[in-house]
Amino acid sequence: MTVVLKGGRLLDASGERSGDVCVDGVTGQIQDVGPDLSGDVVLDASGCVITPGFVDLHTDVAEPGREAADTVQATSEAAAAGGYTAIVVMPRNGGDRLADLADLEALGRSAACEIVGAGTVSIARDGQVLAPLGELADHGVSLFCDVGVGIQDDLFMRRACEYLVGLEASLGRPLVLAQHCSSAALAAGGVMHEGAVSSRLGLPGCPAEAEELMVMRDITLSRLTGARVHFQSISTAGSVAMIRAAKAGGLPITAEVTPHHLLFTDESCAGFDPATKVQPPLRTAENVLALRDGLADGTIDAIASDHRPHTDDAKERPFDEASSGAVSLETGFAALHTAFVVDADEGADPIGTAIEGAQHRAVVPVAAEHRRSLAELVALLSWQPAEIAGVADRHGCLIEPGRPANLTAIDQTLQWSVDRSDLRSNARNTLFQGWTMTGRNRHTVKNGKITLENGQVQR
Amino acid sequence: MRNLLTIADLSSDDLQELLQLADRFAETQTRDVKKVPALRGKTVVLAFFEDSTRTRTSFDLAARRLSADVVNFSAGASSLSKGESLRDTIETISAMGVDAIVVRHRSSGAPQQVAQWTDAAVINAGDGWHQHPTQALLDSYTIRQRFGSLEGRRIALCGDINHSRVARSDVDAFTKLGAEVVLVAPPTLLPPSLEGWPVSVSHDLDQVVSDIDVAYFLRIQQERMTDALFPSVREYRAHFGLTVDRAKRLKPDALIMHPGPMNRGVELDPAVADDERAVVLDQVAAGIPIRMAVLFQTLGPGQFESEVA
Ligand SMILES: [Zn+2]
Repeated sequence: MTVVLKGGRLLDASGERSGDVCVDGVTGQIQDVGPDLSGDVVLDASGCVITPGFVDLHTDVAEPGREAADTVQATSEAAAAGGYTAIVVMPRNGGDRLADLADLEALGRSAACEIVGAGTVSIARDGQVLAPLGELADHGVSLFCDVGVGIQDDLFMRRACEYLVGLEASLGRPLVLAQHCSSAALAAGGVMHEGAVSSRLGLPGCPAEAEELMVMRDITLSRLTGARVHFQSISTAGSVAMIRAAKAGGLPITAEVTPHHLLFTDESCAGFDPATKVQPPLRTAENVLALRDGLADGTIDAIASDHRPHTDDAKERPFDEASSGAVSLETGFAALHTAFVVDADEGADPIGTAIEGAQHRAVVPVAAEHRRSLAELVALLSWQPAEIAGVADRHGCLIEPGRPANLTAIDQTLQWSVDRSDLRSNARNTLFQGWTMTGRNRHTVKNGKITLENGQVQR
Repeated sequence: MRNLLTIADLSSDDLQELLQLADRFAETQTRDVKKVPALRGKTVVLAFFEDSTRTRTSFDLAARRLSADVVNFSAGASSLSKGESLRDTIETISAMGVDAIVVRHRSSGAPQQVAQWTDAAVINAGDGWHQHPTQALLDSYTIRQRFGSLEGRRIALCGDINHSRVARSDVDAFTKLGAEVVLVAPPTLLPPSLEGWPVSVSHDLDQVVSDIDVAYFLRIQQERMTDALFPSVREYRAHFGLTVDRAKRLKPDALIMHPGPMNRGVELDPAVADDERAVVLDQVAAGIPIRMAVLFQTLGPGQFESEVA
C-alpha cells in the first residue's frame, strides 16, 4: 500500500523545496518524491511543510509500574500527535535492563512511533556497579542513562566513560552517556530554583550551581577519557557557557533543552501549582535567555521533551510533596513554533497572545535575535537528536527515494488551544494549559504507515 | 476579606483595620461573659496537618468566643496518612458544608492550594517556611499595645530566618506598618536571596542590640546543627542568643519577643525570659482577639456594632 502526502513543501537538512512524497507501507521507504504523485491513499498536505519525523531524546514512560499515569501505547500516540516518529525511552527500574528492553520491544510493537530503549549505566541506576554496557550495546543500545540526578561518584563516572570509549572503538559506532546533571548533595531537598522566588515562598531550592558542578565535572572527565557525554535538560546560564567552551575545545559533547525551560521562569511557581514543578526546576529569566543564546549559536544540539507523566493524584499535593515533571510530547513543537517561529504582527508579541488564557504566564518574551526559522526548529527536533540517539540511519533523514519513510506534515497556521482533558496521554500534567498555539502536526508517517491523519491518531 | 493566606495579600489599611477590630474584641474579653454571638450558626474546621497545640487552642477559643461551631480535624488520624491527596481531603471536608477552614500544614503553599479546592473561607494557620499571618498580626498587636504604633520603630528579627514562616510574615507586617526591620543571623540561616525584602541584615547581634526597640528571637531547631548550619548550641547562644549581658545593653523600654515554644538558655537566657521587658505572654494573649478579628472579617456577615456590641 502506498500513501501520498500531497500538496506540501518539503523541508529537510538539505533545504526546502516543493513536491509530493509517496511512501510504501510494505518496504517502509520513500518510494518517490516529485510533483503530482498518486498512490493508494492520498493525504492532503496542502499548506503544510513536510519534514522528517521528530526524535525525542528523553521520554519517561510510566509503564511498567504506573500505568495509571501512562502506558507505552498512550505515550507513543501522544508522540505521533506531536510529530515524533521515534522516542528514546529512559530506563525506569534498576535491575536487568536487557530483560526490560525485551519487554519494551514487545510493548513497542503496536506503538505509534519507534520506541528506542536507552541503556542504564549502572545496574541499580545508583552509580555503584556497571550495567552490562557491552551486552546492551550489542543489543543495539546507543544511549546510556541512569536517569535521576546523574552519576554522583567521580570515579564511577570516569570508569563508565572509559569503558564506553573502548566499546565504541570495538563496535565502530558512537555510544553516548547521557545524564541530568545535579550534585545531589548541593540540591538536596530542593523543590524549585533557588533564588528570590524560592526565598519569598519559603520553598527549599536547588541552586543553579548544583547542575553546573556536575556539568563541569563531566566536561572534565570527557576531556580525560574521550567519552561522548550528552547533557540532558540543561537549565542554567553557567551550563550553557561551559558547554560552549568545551565544544569549542573539540570535546565530543552534546546538549539538549526542554520546551518549558526555554519559556517559563521560576515565577511560575509563585502560585504553588505543582504543575510547575519540574526537574531541573524552572529558573530565572537570565537563565532562560542564556538557553536561547545556546540554541542560536549551536551550543545546544537538540530540544528534548523530558516528557514525564503523572496522575492528578500525584500532582494534587502540596508543592514539596508533589511529583515533579510535565508531559510535553504533544505540545512541544507547537509551543516552540508559536513562541519562536510564528511571525507576529508589527509590534505584537506572539507569546503575549498565546498565553492570554493560559494558566501559567510567567514566560520570557522572545527577542528578535532569538527567533528561529522553521528549518532551525526542525533541525533541533529531528536530525540533530536523531544523530545523538544513534537512529540517524532511519530518522531525520533526507526526504528522497529509498530513504526510510518517517515523516510529519506540519500545518503552520492552524490555531488550537491546549486543554489538558484533550491530551492523548493518560496523564494531564501540562504546563501549557490554556495556551493558544499556532501550528500543529497534521499527519505523521512512521515506517511508511500513517500514525496521525488530520490530527487523528491511527492505530 | 475572603481568605487570609499571606500578609502580602493585605494592605497596610487592612492590617490597621484588623488591629482595630482586635482592640474591640479584646474589650469583649474583659467582660464577665466572654462569648459574643457574631458567628452563631457558622462552622469552623481546624484542619491541622501538622501538630500545634498552641495555635490550634488559640483558634479554637477565638472561634468559640464568637459562638461558631468548631470541628477539629487532625491529620494524624485521617486518611491523609493513608495516601489520600490533599485535594480529596479538602473536598471531603467542604462537602460537609463548613464555612471556614483553618489550615496548618508543614508544606509551604498548602493553604493557597486548599483555597482553590473549597468554597469555604481559608485561614492560614502556618504553612511550612512560608507564612503565619495571624502570628504576624498578634506580634504587631503586641508591639502596638506597648508603643502605640510600629511607625519608625526599629525591630531586630534574630535567628533562623530561612526556615521561619514567622519571620516571613513578620517582615511583611512590620514593614507595612512603618517599622524598620533588621535581620540578625549567620548567612546559613538567612534565605538564599533577600531580593525584594525591605530589610537590612547583620551577622552580629552585638552591633544592633543597643539601638533597637524590639528584639525578636526565633526558635532554633536543634536538627539544623546536623545540617551544618551552625556549629553548636553553645556557639549559637554565645553569638545569637539574648544573654544576660546583652539584655543589659538593650534599651530600657525595648521589648523582648519570641513566638514560642522557647528553648530557654538558647535563644533567651532563663533570667532574660523573665525580664519585665519580655512580652511573650502578651503575645499569646493577643492571639485570641486577633484570631477573633480574622474569623470575623472572613466570616462575619455584617458590622461589628450589630453583631457584637
Ligand atoms: Zn528526565
